[in-house]
Amino acid sequence: MAEPRANPRVNPWPGLLRLGFLLLLGLLFLMPYIWMISASLKPLDEIFRASLNLLPETGGTLRNYARVFEKVPVLQYLWNGVVVCAGILFFQLLFAVPAGYALAKLHFPGRDWLFGAVMLGLLVPYHVPALPLYVGFSWLGWLNTYAALITPSVISVFAIFLFRQFFKSLPDELIHAARIDGMNELSIVWRVILPNALPAATAFAIFSVVAHWNDLFWPLIVVTGAERATPALGVLTFRSDEAGDDFGALMAASVIMTTPLVLAFLLAQRRFVEGIATTGLKG
Amino acid sequence: MSEAATLPRARSGASGEAMAAALLCLPAMLAYLLLLLLPTAAAVLLAFTDYELGAPSLRWIGLENFQELTEDRGFLVSLRNTIIYVGIVAPASIVGALALALMIEAATRGKALFRAVFFLPVVSLPVAMATAWQYLLHPTIGPLNAFLAQMGIAGPAWLTSSDTVLLSLAFIGIWEAIGFNLVLFLAGLTAIPRELHQAAEVDGVKSAWERFRLVTWPLLGPTTLFVVTITMIRSVRVFDSVAVLTQGGPNRASEVLLYTMYTEGFTFFRLGYSAAITLVFLVIVLALMLLQTRVLDKRVHYG
Repeated sequence: MAEPRANPRVNPWPGLLRLGFLLLLGLLFLMPYIWMISASLKPLDEIFRASLNLLPETGGTLRNYARVFEKVPVLQYLWNGVVVCAGILFFQLLFAVPAGYALAKLHFPGRDWLFGAVMLGLLVPYHVPALPLYVGFSWLGWLNTYAALITPSVISVFAIFLFRQFFKSLPDELIHAARIDGMNELSIVWRVILPNALPAATAFAIFSVVAHWNDLFWPLIVVTGAERATPALGVLTFRSDEAGDDFGALMAASVIMTTPLVLAFLLAQRRFVEGIATTGLKG
Repeated sequence: MSEAATLPRARSGASGEAMAAALLCLPAMLAYLLLLLLPTAAAVLLAFTDYELGAPSLRWIGLENFQELTEDRGFLVSLRNTIIYVGIVAPASIVGALALALMIEAATRGKALFRAVFFLPVVSLPVAMATAWQYLLHPTIGPLNAFLAQMGIAGPAWLTSSDTVLLSLAFIGIWEAIGFNLVLFLAGLTAIPRELHQAAEVDGVKSAWERFRLVTWPLLGPTTLFVVTITMIRSVRVFDSVAVLTQGGPNRASEVLLYTMYTEGFTFFRLGYSAAITLVFLVIVLALMLLQTRVLDKRVHYG
């Protein structure tokens, strides 16, 4: 096999040029992050001078962060985000794993019909049922509750579809063996199928958490005020109600709310990338 | 192993399996009906009524909402803006991601690093990043215009002038979408056997461009089609950056479909009219999906 570096005729310049271009473009891509962090550490008068210095002249200040914590219930927003994402994921798995298993491995009348319904559901963006759901929830008095934030997303046809595809590839012997051991179908699902479904479940979990942590559309519809605001809604309301032109505090708030997922991504890069690549089709 | 537990199962056979399946599917089916099917059907029906939130009754008005849409300047501008936005974001983020994927795939070092850098926007809170962009693009205190000023160029008011606002939003949209497409393209590229490139080289295909045209591009067909559809659907749904940065302004220059739907429904509470806009949105999304499955699918599968 020809080792490129061992070959004296190979010109190193195209490779270096490519590397340089990627580095430059990567740096440009990171500009919003770099300036966000830089401004979050600068005193206001320095921000308003619009200097191009990245490092704060006065050695940096955490006063912007202190102001954010003073003015908005940051921890409440983050906690709300955690509760909503965890609640949604829990119910999504609770509903989708058994259904995916039944569609993949059990024979019953109406199975194709049911799978057709799943495929139909895949076609509908979640914005479409939003209006009637809002009317229903406001009638139930559910506005500004966790229930309103969580309920519309508990059914994920995409999860059913994903798990069904994944379970189809599991060997039938696994299930037969469990049946011979006297397990009923429900314990087969939770004790045999689910442990084997971890790769699919992880991919789906990442997809689901990224989608719902970042979602603005639905929280904006059903939540007003800080008590149940998610991080996305928190940044938006802070921006329009409190901060105004206080870009230092705004950037600090943005840093705080962006950090948890970005940190998770940096720690588990490969899983994130694989997760998004497998679940990409839902967008 | 207990005899008693297996015996009923053996006796009941097929009907027992059907029973188990029904129980396993029941929670999902109920949730599907209540949270997806019925509300979607209700949204479709609502589009043919004059329902307003809090109104005591509603009236079936047939196609009146849709007729109003065709004469509503705001909606037409919104539709046009959405098409322009998709028309910029989809091609740029697809071609850009493909070029990046090819470069990263060919790079001898830093693959994981570059992938991570370009993917970062996908996992970053869009509302927060929109706020960062607002600062970056701010006409007076923003670093971009400060930089341009040093070069002797007077930068425009990127997000507050109707000439540049849609372009600026599209730029942010590309920045958000490129990493997502990049990951899909990289997965597609990894699936292409290396031997094929070597075989092409042996067969006398010397230039890298020719190898791309003859080997990579045809084999990447299914991935590309998929990326094209998903990018268009994702960019039709643009909402966050508009809601955070412009609220559709100035003077409707950045009004887009979902934002118009949101304001009609949840600011003016004209739910029937808003449902009609939702239906237009749904039809566009369905048409894009149909494009993938019916028209193009046959052409892109290699061999």
